[in-house]
Amino acid sequence: MNLKIGKPLTQLQFGLTAASVSVAVLPHLLRMPWLFVVPILLVLLGRCQQRLRGGMPIPAWAKLPLVVIFPILIIFHFGTIFGRAPGAVLACAMLVLKLVETENRRDARAAVCFSSFVLMSALLFDSDLGFTLLLVAALCVFLGALRELESDRARTRAWQPALQEDLRGGALALAAAIPLAVCVFLFFPRLGSPLWGAPGDTTVRTGLGDSMAPGTMQELLIDDTPAFRVEFSGQAPARADLYWRGPVLWQFDGSTWTRPERLASSPAGDVQATGAPINYEVTLEPSQRRWLLALDVPLTVPDGAVRGADMSLVNRAPVNDLLRYEMTSSPHYVLEPRLSAEHRRLALQLPEEFNPKARELAERWRMQFRDNAHIVSAALQLFHNEFFYTLNAPLLARDSIDDFLFGTKRGFCEHFASAFTFLMRAAGLPARVVTGYQGGYYNRTGDYWVVRQSDAHAWSEVWLDGRGWVRVDPTSAVSPQRVQLGARAAAGETAPWYQANWLVAARNQLDLVNRFWNSAVVQFSALRQQGLLTPFGVDKADYSDLMTVLIGVSTLLLGLFAWSVLRAPRIAYDTLDVAYARLCAKLARAGAPPRPAEGPRALAERVAALWPLHDLAGLLAVYSTLRYGFAKPPAGEVLAFARAITSLRLPGVQPNALSSATQ
Amino acid sequence: MSAIPATRWSKLLEYAEARLPALTRLKRAETLPIHLDRHRIYVLPTRFGLIYSAVLIVMLLGALNYNNNPALLLTCLLGAASYQSVFQAFRMLNRLDLHALRTEPCHAGDPLRVSLHFRVHARRRQSLRLQAEGQETVFDLAADGAITIEFSAVRRGWRKLERMRLSSEYPFGQFHVWSWLNPEFAALIYPRAETNPPPLPRAGAAAASRTVRMSGDELASLREYRPEDPQRNIAWKASARHDELLVKEFELRRGQEIVLDYSALHGLAHEARISRLARWVYDAETAQQPYALHLPERRIGPALGTEHRHACLRELALLP
Repeated sequence: MNLKIGKPLTQLQFGLTAASVSVAVLPHLLRMPWLFVVPILLVLLGRCQQRLRGGMPIPAWAKLPLVVIFPILIIFHFGTIFGRAPGAVLACAMLVLKLVETENRRDARAAVCFSSFVLMSALLFDSDLGFTLLLVAALCVFLGALRELESDRARTRAWQPALQEDLRGGALALAAAIPLAVCVFLFFPRLGSPLWGAPGDTTVRTGLGDSMAPGTMQELLIDDTPAFRVEFSGQAPARADLYWRGPVLWQFDGSTWTRPERLASSPAGDVQATGAPINYEVTLEPSQRRWLLALDVPLTVPDGAVRGADMSLVNRAPVNDLLRYEMTSSPHYVLEPRLSAEHRRLALQLPEEFNPKARELAERWRMQFRDNAHIVSAALQLFHNEFFYTLNAPLLARDSIDDFLFGTKRGFCEHFASAFTFLMRAAGLPARVVTGYQGGYYNRTGDYWVVRQSDAHAWSEVWLDGRGWVRVDPTSAVSPQRVQLGARAAAGETAPWYQANWLVAARNQLDLVNRFWNSAVVQFSALRQQGLLTPFGVDKADYSDLMTVLIGVSTLLLGLFAWSVLRAPRIAYDTLDVAYARLCAKLARAGAPPRPAEGPRALAERVAALWPLHDLAGLLAVYSTLRYGFAKPPAGEVLAFARAITSLRLPGVQPNALSSATQ
Repeated sequence: MSAIPATRWSKLLEYAEARLPALTRLKRAETLPIHLDRHRIYVLPTRFGLIYSAVLIVMLLGALNYNNNPALLLTCLLGAASYQSVFQAFRMLNRLDLHALRTEPCHAGDPLRVSLHFRVHARRRQSLRLQAEGQETVFDLAADGAITIEFSAVRRGWRKLERMRLSSEYPFGQFHVWSWLNPEFAALIYPRAETNPPPLPRAGAAAASRTVRMSGDELASLREYRPEDPQRNIAWKASARHDELLVKEFELRRGQEIVLDYSALHGLAHEARISRLARWVYDAETAQQPYALHLPERRIGPALGTEHRHACLRELALLP
């Protein structure tokens, strides 16, 4: 037994084991700090190189420092060795070290086994469809490696066909596993609450922040990952009216807009809907933030969220999983017709010592126009006439608004919103910056809208006497396409190459698949599972119902498998024999049954005289030739013989003729 | 393991075999062909299979705990693929036929090469392991074919094979599928031939004086059939006119025969005599001298040729 384990691995066996380890570690490397990526890659590649060149086993004194150094690095970097991120790094490091000491089959199997665990843990960080499919493909490598470890073919044969066969075998095994896997996935009871510590995700995702400084949105505008998806229950509003309200920013310190924390707890401002409400459902991608997005202006508040005084929705907990909520909004509204003193003070606040030229311009407007609405139009006119929309905005100096208004004159939504709001405040109009998303892509096939991070937008709200807060989008004054066609169209040539139109169109269509994945797999929760058996009369499937169905269906599936393996295979009858048997049967029916020990030639001698009109002797001679003349009789002639037998009609013979013939 | 528990254990097994012939693995010797099917193929998870399922359970718990459905799906896929490999493993042995065993006679001390002829029924059988008498052979069968295994042959006489264990852990090494092969088979082991023998005895006068008929080239006469006579010597036409079979006797034209006499070898032990006689049989064949073998209870020959040689060696091998 020991001898069997101790047999060294072939190159192919080691290669496949190393491939398994690599595919398990790679997804983690993408999100790992460089401090760990470099040593892990070095050890992995170094070991492969060393082994495939036929190197000796690594001595223990060389392995020991490696075993010690990784935990030390992890504690140095994370401060702890527990938790998801440090745990993943540790697992990867240990897996790579296992490969270093892998010399025989038992080690290799342990490495593959542990690889599958490490691979699965990669999905705890990211679980979109493409990633999952990649990892499923990686399973083929694991199963291929296990196959190769079980056979010794590569010792005697070329490695390429063996490798192909292994991978194909792995893929086939996976394909065959799909029904059972789906059954277990559907019916295995989910946990209502986690068994151990609530998962805390520390990865940083791009998304709307709760502050805005020049350039903060630039990263968002080139990020095409979906932010949320929306299904309208009725007619959707026009694209230009799709303003998805996010955090509202009040405080300006000269460079950054922020949100005063106390507004979140203050009571919601009064809002009067003046148009028909719109009902829709939002599916928010995990953002690690607390903002919920809603169409301007939200009338309802989802469970577990609060609506602030500025009509922004804030969830109680960060959104770490896909979140679905029903909303009602009204596109036409009167918001806060009577402005409270505190809100007025906040909405007029400006840092004193910044942007003198902009202040001067606003003062001038204030002198010039009686009507506040004219001030707004004057500012919009200014933007429209002199400014350009571009994603490549130049950097701004200390007096950022001055620099933008009188110097660079080019930028994107956040520059315009920021400058516009500043001007309004300086002119004495209460104003605030609203961030969120604008527009979206309508997927005709799935009848839903997908809003991407690149649809992030910033606009302004100005409080006008008698009309309340009015939305003013200075960006649309500069570049109407931004609102009508989206940020990408407005950016024109300045969009990065991967936002090319055809690519974006393809991605938008593909989003349908992602959405299906999200709703069918990612969001399949304990609650949905309970409703799984509703069509079969079980309203709320509990643990035992699910277990019963799980055991029942999987037994059925395994039974099918067992049947396909165990059933007796069809015997491939020989056409020639079948035809001969038919001839004998016909003879028997006609009154001259062949005798047990009679060969075809003897039979021919006996029966040819009985039916002189039929060439029985000739037929039997053909049979003899075909049966005994060839190792493998030619198929065409066998068929001709069979047909001749089929068309043979033998009239019955008299018993006395028979007896005279047999003598 | 000491001898006594082993005996008890085997007694227990034999008892179980008597009571539950279908369930126990102690198959009695069977006649060929041996057909492997689900009644005699056993399956158990290997140690690796158990460890692997433990890892799968950990993965399952992790996915459930983090409420991560894609991870759960991945785990289910891997688990289902592993679990279903039991069928693939089973298929490696199912419907495999051992239809013939062949061997060439060998001498004690030489390896006995037995070839096992399998029928695969158009299914590729991979990574089969045959454990026979403490040695393991790994082989693939792509088509009907034979594998040859060397056994030790220590003593002359009939050599039976212990039951063999045919197993496979293909494809993933997670399930061990096995069956017992215990074919009714015995190989004849010829006695060891002495290495440095004295020269052949000279043709004795006693032999010359006797008027024995020898098998030679020229037809001499007909005599009654004796069971050891080769079939081709039967005179069929002549026999047809009589009640019993008649055998043609040929007369040897040249030379005189030597007698290899067991009782003439004084001063040697039983086995040593047999060993020397075996060597002399070969030497006589090499020298092309007809020889007769005289054993305590049997006399063969005189004659010459392969058949005669085998007949002599067989008698020597089967001496008590």
